[in-house]
Amino acid sequence: MNKTVNQKAWFFVIPVFVLVAFNAIIPLMTVVNYAFQETFGNNVFMWEGTRWFKQIMLSERFHASLGRQFLFTFIILFIQIPLGIAIALTMPKEGLGVPVCLVLMSMPLLIPWNVVGAMWNIFALPDIGFLGHSLNALGFDYNFTQQIGDAWFTTILMDVWHWTSLVVLLSYAGLRSIQPAYYQAAEIDGASRWAVFTKIELPKMKKVLTIAILLRFMDSFMIYTEPFVLTGGGPGNATAFLSIDLVKMALGQFDLGPAAAMSLIYFFIVLLVCWVFYTLMMRNEEKS
Amino acid sequence: MAKVTLKDLSHSYLKTQSSDADWAIRGVNIDWNDGGAYALLGPSGCGKTTLLNIISGLITPTKGDILFDDKVVSGLNPVERNIAQIFQFPVIYDTMTVYDNLAFPLRNRKIPEEEIKAKVHEIAEMLELSSTLNNRASGLTADGKQKISLGRGLVRSDVNAIMFDEPLTVIDPHLKWILRSKLKELHQKINRTMIYVTHDQTEALTFADQVVVMHEGQIVQTGTPVDLFEKPKHTFVGYFIGSPGMNVLPCQINGSDVIVNGKKIETHQQVKKNNFSKTEVGVRPEFISFSNDGIPVKVLSVSNTGRHKIVDTESESGKIKMIAKSNENIPSGSAFLKFKKEYTYTYGDSWIIE
Repeated sequence: MNKTVNQKAWFFVIPVFVLVAFNAIIPLMTVVNYAFQETFGNNVFMWEGTRWFKQIMLSERFHASLGRQFLFTFIILFIQIPLGIAIALTMPKEGLGVPVCLVLMSMPLLIPWNVVGAMWNIFALPDIGFLGHSLNALGFDYNFTQQIGDAWFTTILMDVWHWTSLVVLLSYAGLRSIQPAYYQAAEIDGASRWAVFTKIELPKMKKVLTIAILLRFMDSFMIYTEPFVLTGGGPGNATAFLSIDLVKMALGQFDLGPAAAMSLIYFFIVLLVCWVFYTLMMRNEEKS
Repeated sequence: MAKVTLKDLSHSYLKTQSSDADWAIRGVNIDWNDGGAYALLGPSGCGKTTLLNIISGLITPTKGDILFDDKVVSGLNPVERNIAQIFQFPVIYDTMTVYDNLAFPLRNRKIPEEEIKAKVHEIAEMLELSSTLNNRASGLTADGKQKISLGRGLVRSDVNAIMFDEPLTVIDPHLKWILRSKLKELHQKINRTMIYVTHDQTEALTFADQVVVMHEGQIVQTGTPVDLFEKPKHTFVGYFIGSPGMNVLPCQINGSDVIVNGKKIETHQQVKKNNFSKTEVGVRPEFISFSNDGIPVKVLSVSNTGRHKIVDTESESGKIKMIAKSNENIPSGSAFLKFKKEYTYTYGDSWIIE
């Protein structure tokens, strides 16, 4: 087949190029610029090489917030993925229950993130909040503003409330796309409910679950607004996740160089984990 | 192995039924003899799949009973009924190997592993799957996957019946023929009751000894392929089977005379009663010839298929198709048609008048 050569067609790419440049390339390159230099304002820059990167990589503060970040992400994935699948399995498959459940499930996803943070802050206040007051009335010594364990518990509970629905909706879509013949065949083959789940439902949900895990990993790894409004990273630095720590460094201390270096490292960690995870999940897919 | 009997079976997907159209299946009575090869033939939406799912126990019928060897099984689930069913598209367990797929129904029934091994190898041999036993099932082609679905039914040595729900839908045309002869061969070898649902008359007529034709939730005729062709009991069977289908023309019945277009014609049966709201004459294109006297028609067009010519003609009461030999001279303009008496039937309200 002969292709028509038409170099003028490149002009059509320009609008996209400009858009991407403004919303991704230029900001990113600015960060790269800061990461290798020192500045005292007035547009005066001094070359620093890899100094900021070394500083961040060796900084205990960064290790601590990275550790907190991974711990948080693992805990919420560990809760949200199984819980999401479980809820999707119990949702009605036909009738009026379907739209009702879908709308109820979507509600938390539609609430602005800082509102979620504010809601949970008030909800969990130990003296007047419904959750905080009830827990204390039941005899628990609960105070998320002062106790590290309570702060983590509340942050995780808030994230589970906010985001499990996403896993539910994706899993539900995956489940609904399974042809009834699979269930009928399994019934005829005498498969147990557990076998139906592990041999039919889970394999058929593999793709949507991969997407769900990726989305939840990225979002939770970059979480900022909700814990910022809820705990402000406290008590102390107990819930200062990577992005909270980053903002503190960049805007609180105005350490632009180290903050830029930290942003880039942060970015590469997200990229690396997503790539490794996706490659592992899809390695059998390409063979068939 | 068992004889399958359906008694006064009706099913509706609605909670309340007001008219005949609300029933997916109505008043079905039939015996499927042990070891027979049956085809259930009908257009999409006539209730074939519903009937099949009722036999296998996936659907509980609204009314009526299902009997296996004269024992009522209506309340039993698919496992207890012990039937095998092959679906329209291949159902396989993606993450398992071919071997594990075939072993799955046996493992669920807690059969010892050595016995499973022997049985799986036997069936794999029969279906020519032996060389792929250790491959992942998801990597196979559509016909390979469909063989696995079939194999999962066959590994159970005691299945009462094997049911096929349009099993060749997703198979390539040239493989369809091979797989179909394979099924036929298999039937002779294992001698189980097989029920084959299809909307394709060629598939039905080549697979089955007995063809059951369904129309709007009812069984309209059961018989050998020859019966269905030579003596359709319902006008639907007439035009659904055969290519082109049977000509159905309105007629008047005067005493024992059958009159089409003002001409008296002779039919296979003696008509005795006449209390129908609609009477028709049916005759297949194969049994019509040109003559000097008969039904006057106008020849519209002739198409040559190579083996024979299909002639479209128009009479006062509608179009009539006829088949002529490929070397026959076709008159142009006006002509007269004669129907072969033995194969011309009268129908009252679409059913044959006996």
